Amino acid sequence: MSLLVDILSGLCLLAGSFLCITGAIGLLRLPDVFCRLHAASLNETLGTPLILLGLALQVGPTLTSVKLFLVAVFILASNPTATHAMSRAALHSGERPLVDEKAQEISSSKS
Amino acid sequence: MLLATILALFASMILIVLRAFAGPSVYDRVLAVNMFGTKTVLVIAVGGHALGWTSFADVALLYAMLNFVATIAVLRFFEATAKEPPA
Repeated sequence: MSLLVDILSGLCLLAGSFLCITGAIGLLRLPDVFCRLHAASLNETLGTPLILLGLALQVGPTLTSVKLFLVAVFILASNPTATHAMSRAALHSGERPLVDEKAQEISSSKS
Repeated sequence: MLLATILALFASMILIVLRAFAGPSVYDRVLAVNMFGTKTVLVIAVGGHALGWTSFADVALLYAMLNFVATIAVLRFFEATAKEPPA
């Protein structure tokens, strides 16, 4: 039983760390504000609760794991809200997403 | 496994700080600061468990709430002071 919990928590921690590093690389490498928001938002929203879930499995059924679960729920609610507000503010301040000009022309000439 | 997680968190924090210094627009910097705050919450939780602290979950919860409120406040500020969008 304990070995199973250890393996599960290790898997959760590994998957969460992989998602965190992927999100950071995406934040550094993608070409546009909205691409970076996309990478950061999705990876962060799944990776942070995975790491906290793995940690709560290691802590065991105590009050601390309940608090870690609360942190995970709060981040699941707040992180998409923050990135949505960020993209809306970027769009309102005049940032425009990079688009493929040639594909845009083809679709506009068809319609 | 906890050590590997903390190393991965530190590596991603270094990449996020690079983007925060290099970001061309102010929203890149705000996004990088927000991600850095989330990584700080994770480092407090994982490191507090690894070092055997007693009440690290309260500190992590407080940091998560403060990070969200600070991000929204900074975005409100920049949205209010931004110029009008092109029509």
